[in-house]
Amino acid sequence: MTRQMTGAEMVVQALIDQGVEHIFGYPGGAVLPIYDEIFQQEKVQHILVRHEQGAGHAAEGYARSTGKVGVALVTSGPGATNMVTPLTDALMDSIPMVCITGQVATHLIGSDAFQECDTVGITRPSTKHNWLVKDVNDLGRILHEAFYVARSGRPGPVVVDIPKDVQFATGTYHGPQNVEHKTYHPQVRGDIGRIRAAVELMARAKKPVFYTGGGVVNSGPEATRLLRELVAATGFPVTSTLMGLGAYPASGENWLGMLGMHGTYEANNAMHDCDVMIAIGARFDDRITGRLDAFSPGSKKIHIDIDPSSINKNVRVDIGILGDVAHVLEDMLAIWKESGHKADEKALAGWWGEIDRWRARRSLAYRQSGETIMPQYAIQRLYEKTRDRKTFITTEVGQHQMWAAQFYGFEEPNRWMTSGGLGTMGYGLPAAIGAQTAHRDALVIDIAGDASILMNMQEMSTAVQHELPVKVFILNNQYMGMVRQWQQLLHGNRLSHSYTEALPDFVKLAEAYGGIGIRAEKASELDDAIDAMIAAKGPVLFDCRVANLANCFPMIPSGKAHNEMLLPEDATDAAIAEAIDAEGRALV
Amino acid sequence: MVLWFRGPAKAKSLPLPLAGEGRGEGPERNEREAGDGKTMQPGSVYAIKEGKDRTEQHTLSILVDNEPGILARVIGLFSGRGYNIESLTVSETEHEKHRSRITVVTNGSPAVIEQIKAQLERMVLVHRVTDLTVTGRSIERELALIKVRGSGDARVEALRLADAFRARVIDATTESFVFELTGRTDKIDQFLLLMQPLGLVEVSRTGVAAIARGPEAM
Repeated sequence: MTRQMTGAEMVVQALIDQGVEHIFGYPGGAVLPIYDEIFQQEKVQHILVRHEQGAGHAAEGYARSTGKVGVALVTSGPGATNMVTPLTDALMDSIPMVCITGQVATHLIGSDAFQECDTVGITRPSTKHNWLVKDVNDLGRILHEAFYVARSGRPGPVVVDIPKDVQFATGTYHGPQNVEHKTYHPQVRGDIGRIRAAVELMARAKKPVFYTGGGVVNSGPEATRLLRELVAATGFPVTSTLMGLGAYPASGENWLGMLGMHGTYEANNAMHDCDVMIAIGARFDDRITGRLDAFSPGSKKIHIDIDPSSINKNVRVDIGILGDVAHVLEDMLAIWKESGHKADEKALAGWWGEIDRWRARRSLAYRQSGETIMPQYAIQRLYEKTRDRKTFITTEVGQHQMWAAQFYGFEEPNRWMTSGGLGTMGYGLPAAIGAQTAHRDALVIDIAGDASILMNMQEMSTAVQHELPVKVFILNNQYMGMVRQWQQLLHGNRLSHSYTEALPDFVKLAEAYGGIGIRAEKASELDDAIDAMIAAKGPVLFDCRVANLANCFPMIPSGKAHNEMLLPEDATDAAIAEAIDAEGRALV
Repeated sequence: MVLWFRGPAKAKSLPLPLAGEGRGEGPERNEREAGDGKTMQPGSVYAIKEGKDRTEQHTLSILVDNEPGILARVIGLFSGRGYNIESLTVSETEHEKHRSRITVVTNGSPAVIEQIKAQLERMVLVHRVTDLTVTGRSIERELALIKVRGSGDARVEALRLADAFRARVIDATTESFVFELTGRTDKIDQFLLLMQPLGLVEVSRTGVAAIARGPEAM
């Protein structure tokens, strides 16, 4: 399909041809022609945010909750620079996103024009790929290429920078049919020989463990189904990274809980003591591995990943399988079945016995007594009240994020959206807006902290305008809790600037935005307050006053191995002060 | 012995910019670990300590689409992830297909070299990456223009050594020569070392160009 149209028309046409229904954006001088086209059509709905960063995270939340590509549209200069954080966030967490930025007219580029910045230069390390379109006749092809690159292989964010004169110029539009990329063809099928070798290794395993990550979720529903089938067929225990929660259900028999720095005792010890580790769509991040030279020392490691640079990056593996998780698991399961493999039942029973002993330590234990709400208790109550609904959870970054991961049980993929790699405070509210845009009928809750929520609080206004009834559940302890926890661990309990002396009244703030404010200060009023929040028709700020000084355990202190966890019962003031040695202090 | 003309400073004199380059893009931070022979293990804050692994030098040939910004992208990968660039040469090699060939000489532990290749291979505009050091059958050449100023015995000695190294005189005044010398990097280094006491003024080097032996393309 080739047609003559203006660049601005091409942008809207390409979005329609890609099946885009919603975009998130903020207008400005360099994108006015595109906004004019958006005004004159009804197929693509535009959600107006209050800050470009919000548009980016909303597109991320939209993408993660649907499996589709999220789209953001912003203007040149500050519009583009405000997108750098969400782009980097999406790059770290492998979220497919197309960001369209306006640019000053071609002849002005390089002249320090008003609202000019070198967008492709600035976003180059923050994107999977980016383009500056200088000829309107290239625009259609580049836009379709952009969608292809964003969603293919390891998904990621891309930027298409369009000068204003190109938006006005008329040229030939190329539809999505004939776009075949010259160079980018990621491998999806895994090497059968290696998959066979991996299956052999699994069949002989005495102490196996599945270590799954965000790649399973990104690969799509088929990957989740196959993972569950493979776990059932083998009977192996399974743990997951922060990003992979929901791929295997938290209620599943073989579930160990999350692993890593704030993972469960049983998951981390299983990782340390296993003899065969099957890593699926996970990248051996430092939050996961702890001290590298003591990471799972006795195991043979199998690693399935679509990104060749993730294999052998941090940890050397014995069998690296390059390919898409769903494709590889399909072959793996087929080979497991056809060769009649059976897991070593006797060894596995012994292994589960060991795991049960670790479980008995109850590493997530906490004590809720009296009227002070423990943050863990608040999350548990929230979970119990919302588990039977179609619920999407987003978070900000900090202690509340870890408690949400530990205490909220995810049964399905694409229901949990959090900033894992970049750790972006301010992610949760716009991401919730993105998820709610895609799922109008669902319950979307941003589990937030009092510090993080203020970073993108302005998006409450977006939620009100577009009637997106997101619920913001703030665990308010008046501290940047995770910062304070680290200051207690590393800096002699000197709480430098981690206490917020002047927090707003969140109830009044919600009302000022035209939303609903709810506060719970006592454990006895928590359940009713949560019910009121769920029943509310509009956006809610829920100010949940929790125990101010609670800390997040269990924890692998920096520089320590998986089997050197600090458990809540051992975390006395003295133990906390000495948990990290001089070498560990330099790490983050 | 300090070889003042070696090291990453060379990357600052890129031989030929690609189409669309030159909007203030360039290597800024790739000096980080180069020159002192140490490499940093990328990837993890709990990384293996420095200096445990031996450092190897590898020559990589990278075939890319000659799109605007590709050079900045490749250089940005090296600087952003703390890899070293010992030498960098780039030029369009197939005009109709719009392809360029980038030759990078880098060093690092074997794991780092593997990581560099994987990182390059996954870039959207990269067609192919070949490690010419691993294939083992490749030829490497560099061209240098070398200005030497002097008179009397030093001048005669410079000319005599140039002859021994098969350097050509391409410019001369009564008190200077400009030599053109082609060869392996170590040959050029050696020649420059000899010229230093004889009045070496300045040098311009192209960086390494490399190609595999035999009839096959990369």
